[in-house]
Amino acid sequence: MTERPATASGDGGDAGDAGYPTSPDQGETLLALDGLTKHFRNDGGFLSGLTLGRDVDGLVGIDREWVRAVDDVSFEIASGETLGLVGESGCGKSTLARTILQLVQPTAGDVYYKGRNFAEMGREELRRQRRDMQMIFQDPQSSLNPRMKVGRIVEEPMEAHGMLDAEGREARARELLERVGLDPQHYNRYPHAFSGGQRQRINLARALSVNPDFVVCDEPVSALDVSIQAQVLNTMADLQAEFGLTYLFITHDLSVIRHISDRVAVMYLGEVVELAETEELFEHPRHPYTEALLNAIPVPDPRAPGVRGRLEGDVPSPIDPPSGCRFRTRCPELIVPGDYDLTPAEWANVRAFARSVDRHEFEAESELAVRREFFGNAEPDGEAGRIVDEAIARLLTGEWDGAAALLNESFADRSICARGRPDYEVEPERDVDRHFAACHLHRDGTPPD
Amino acid sequence: MTAPLLEVENLRTRFHTPDGVVRAVDGISFTVREGEIVGLVGESGAGKSVAGASLLRLVEDPGRIVGGEVTFKGETLVGFPDGRAEAGDGSGDDADDRWRDDVLSAEAIRRRIRGREIAIIFQDPMESLNPVFTVGGQLREFIELNRGLTQGRARELAVDMLREVGIPEAEDRYDDYPHEFSGGMRQRVLIAMALACEPSLVIADEPTTALDVTVEGQILELVADLQAKYDTSFLWITHDMGVVAEICDRVNVMYLGEIVEQADVDDLFYDTSHPYTEALLDSIPRPDRPVDELDPIAGIMPEAIEPPDGCRFHTRCPDARAVCTEINPDCRPLDDAGRPHRAACLKHESVFGAGYRESDPIENEAAGGFDVGRTEEGTDD
Amino acid sequence: MTVATRRSETDDVVESTPEEPGRSGRTEGRPEGREIEARVGWRYTLREVGRDPTAMAGLLVVGVMTAMAVFATVDAVVFASLARFEVFARVGVRQYWIAETLWVSPIAEPSPRLLPPVGMENQFGRGTWAHPLGTDDRGRDILARIVYGSRIAIQVGIVSTLLGLVGGVLVGAVAGYYGDLVDDALMRAVETLYAIPFLVLVLAVMAAFGRNLTFAILGVGIASIPTFARLIRSRVLSVREADYVEAARAAGVRDRNIIRRHVVPNSFAPVLVQATLQVGYSIIVVAGLSFLGFGAQPPTPSWGQMLSVSKDYMIQNVWFSIWPGLAILVTVVGFNVFGDGLRDALDPRLQNE
Repeated sequence: MTERPATASGDGGDAGDAGYPTSPDQGETLLALDGLTKHFRNDGGFLSGLTLGRDVDGLVGIDREWVRAVDDVSFEIASGETLGLVGESGCGKSTLARTILQLVQPTAGDVYYKGRNFAEMGREELRRQRRDMQMIFQDPQSSLNPRMKVGRIVEEPMEAHGMLDAEGREARARELLERVGLDPQHYNRYPHAFSGGQRQRINLARALSVNPDFVVCDEPVSALDVSIQAQVLNTMADLQAEFGLTYLFITHDLSVIRHISDRVAVMYLGEVVELAETEELFEHPRHPYTEALLNAIPVPDPRAPGVRGRLEGDVPSPIDPPSGCRFRTRCPELIVPGDYDLTPAEWANVRAFARSVDRHEFEAESELAVRREFFGNAEPDGEAGRIVDEAIARLLTGEWDGAAALLNESFADRSICARGRPDYEVEPERDVDRHFAACHLHRDGTPPD
Repeated sequence: MTAPLLEVENLRTRFHTPDGVVRAVDGISFTVREGEIVGLVGESGAGKSVAGASLLRLVEDPGRIVGGEVTFKGETLVGFPDGRAEAGDGSGDDADDRWRDDVLSAEAIRRRIRGREIAIIFQDPMESLNPVFTVGGQLREFIELNRGLTQGRARELAVDMLREVGIPEAEDRYDDYPHEFSGGMRQRVLIAMALACEPSLVIADEPTTALDVTVEGQILELVADLQAKYDTSFLWITHDMGVVAEICDRVNVMYLGEIVEQADVDDLFYDTSHPYTEALLDSIPRPDRPVDELDPIAGIMPEAIEPPDGCRFHTRCPDARAVCTEINPDCRPLDDAGRPHRAACLKHESVFGAGYRESDPIENEAAGGFDVGRTEEGTDD
Repeated sequence: MTVATRRSETDDVVESTPEEPGRSGRTEGRPEGREIEARVGWRYTLREVGRDPTAMAGLLVVGVMTAMAVFATVDAVVFASLARFEVFARVGVRQYWIAETLWVSPIAEPSPRLLPPVGMENQFGRGTWAHPLGTDDRGRDILARIVYGSRIAIQVGIVSTLLGLVGGVLVGAVAGYYGDLVDDALMRAVETLYAIPFLVLVLAVMAAFGRNLTFAILGVGIASIPTFARLIRSRVLSVREADYVEAARAAGVRDRNIIRRHVVPNSFAPVLVQATLQVGYSIIVVAGLSFLGFGAQPPTPSWGQMLSVSKDYMIQNVWFSIWPGLAILVTVVGFNVFGDGLRDALDPRLQNE
């Protein structure tokens, strides 16, 4: 989508010295992200960012909104492992995948593949590098060119990298089709003759044709029926063992993630909020968002405890994400600001009240009614109580926005959650190396190195 | 549990295509009682959406209801005169002379049943809302038409409904357009629309499939609340066993146009009686515990144009025996104990007595190891 | 992030397996092992067109006109060359050999002036079987001139459309695929061209280069570049977001191969339709130019120029105007109807891809 920046050097000969801490004795790190960031410009063309008027220097200014799709993401993937990346739609997981593969140009941050920095590679070098890392897409319909025969589709990457001669490529393509569970006779068919599951197998064959080490799988089974999902997942696991592949497996489906991943990273609004070994994460989630996500999955068991933790509201816009912890606007465990001395019940009431005011969920008839509705069991006093009184007064005069702003400024915005970006390493519960959880609840933990 | 609200008896819907006749729904029977949520589960291609549409005679060309009976609150929505059930007389479902005399006319269904008595919620809320009108306006118009209220009164009710389904700042959002709502919020609007006329039955066709899990959780919770409040019955069409386990009281499992198992939700999961249901449950990864190896159903669903002879699942069934290739079992009650558990599988020898035990097991792809999913190639190149 | 399209691509899924469109393009339930008719390629498109009688009529007209033009061109070129050889000259091979054998030279031949067509009664009396459509003011056979006029019409229509198509596809595909500054620069240039009225642009080209048929064709070609460029760009903008294009990029396929193999073939359907319609339009424009005296110069027979001459005889001998007018009408309608049929045949894919 964008051109490489002028700073990208032609060859990047000794990119390994770029300063990223990859010690040679930890040789198994295949891929490392360091502060990877991607912001998109949220406008159409060439003049649409221009604004006229007072707020800008001079007469004409350029004012562009940026969609902060991926913000400062760092992690490593070890050779041979499957890292699951999970998040809801719009959290930036697909953008992250594309940024890692340099299909979109990162706004900031670096990607090191086998110790070499992509940013320092030239265009052609990067293209040749792609032989080593392939991608599988979500939509089995649109990821295959409808006008190309299956054989050509599987051979195209080999051709692009000058692998084998025409005959050799055909032989390999047929062999791969067989390997992924299709009939080699399908070589001469067009993609629409196949079902979704079979197309996904063609995708697999294409990705494997150039013998990559690293495969990014972007929701590869989300579009398939459950029984077909299982078939494709099993095939992918077999292929991983056979070819020694490393997967970055992206999905919104936690069940699938739990099944296939060695480690899991949870994304929310462009940031990784928790990263740990799979069972550690599923059994001992340390971030409230992960917890909410895990509680929300419908469990195929009618005797399972039926309470689904309800996460309030929608994901905020990535154009202007909340300060500090991005999850704080929906977080059930928002930390009480140090300025006030509130019991947990009082704090819960204050938050419920602020939320209802913000969403204008009730009609304010009288002060007493409001108090009874929101502060029946525990009413804050002192400074906090004064602010609540003031807010109720504003409600009664119809100033909903004013009341909401007051409550926000006085409470939510003063929480530590609003003021600093959390970044903590917590003590793992299970026998695993590390557990990263970006939540201020763990601020007594050690910051990551 | 009270009297049946909706009774479906041997319903059959076919699609006449250039390639042949697709038996999308092939003789299904089930009931929905007042105040219960009944699931209709199956993979895509099973015919569950067509079944839902057939109940309201909403099947689109070239589809045609060709047999069976649907009664709702004592009124007949679908019914055929004797001997004419199979008649492919070329007239559409709207042609009233196709039906038996006591069947409601197309006009009556449109006026009295759809929207007012039976509402439908679809998977994709964007397709059910007109993008050029405001959300509130559409809701108000719907209420106005179906409940005969004045514009002002309908508007008030519309705002109330929006608030009830949890739309924040309902008054302000009333004038917003559909694209200004998130997917979850749009689905809430549709639920508001479905419930606005306080129908007795809501047919929900994969209403949460397109939503994220946390939003899905919100919607399911909302539906449970509203259901408790209005005592509405739901027919919940889905492919997601997790959703079924969570909200359904009773479940019908569909495979290739037929119902293969019918049970209370607990029995379905803990006393699974049809190999297809079992295989389906085994093939899903579990969010609540680690699963080392998934056990997928071999092959894929055959075409509904030429369904396999005998039991339709026998081509993929791990328990299939020779007799299964000859006899297509109907869905029979499994015991007399009054538990409403039915299954269509010959392995219940005491019920069917078809000689399953003596029959030889047959080889099918279910035996495959690594190559599971490899499909048979009937007429290849 | 990726917005998956529901029920993408195939219509026959909907027809043959009438089933719920599951989560974003769920596609199981597709019959296995059964050959599904290929829904790409010429054969499929032609079969679709074959099902539409109107489009077939259009195709027939297009076919007949093209055959006529080919025949006339061969006649004019081949026999004219042959005529240079003495041996043929002696046996009387001449340009317009076939017409001259059958009727009379389309160029010049004395004959009763303005003979009416066969079967038409008026003050001139009946026409003759030798001149079934009658003759013109100089006694030339009108049928022969119309047949030879088709050469100019078809040639002009096709060549100028090809010019516009090649130019437009190049500009549009590059602009759409690379986007950003390349897009801005190219498309602003194209829009500038678009801002000039079609005829004015053609006339300007002719004024700059010369007042003959070649430059008329060139002018029409250039003037139709913007239509094609905009059309293909808009398609490319959506196609380049398709997963298969991204898959090719991720696999390391070179840009030029991506454009050539993935982007252009999948963006081409609407261009093909537009090209067919454009042929008809170009024919009208060049006929108009000839009518004004800017196109083919006498004595070369062209429909526009025949109309131009005939307008002086409109009152006396209306058929003289009718035949060339009818020729233009039938040809243009033929191309349009065929183009519409083509659009219908290609349309399911246009919507769904």
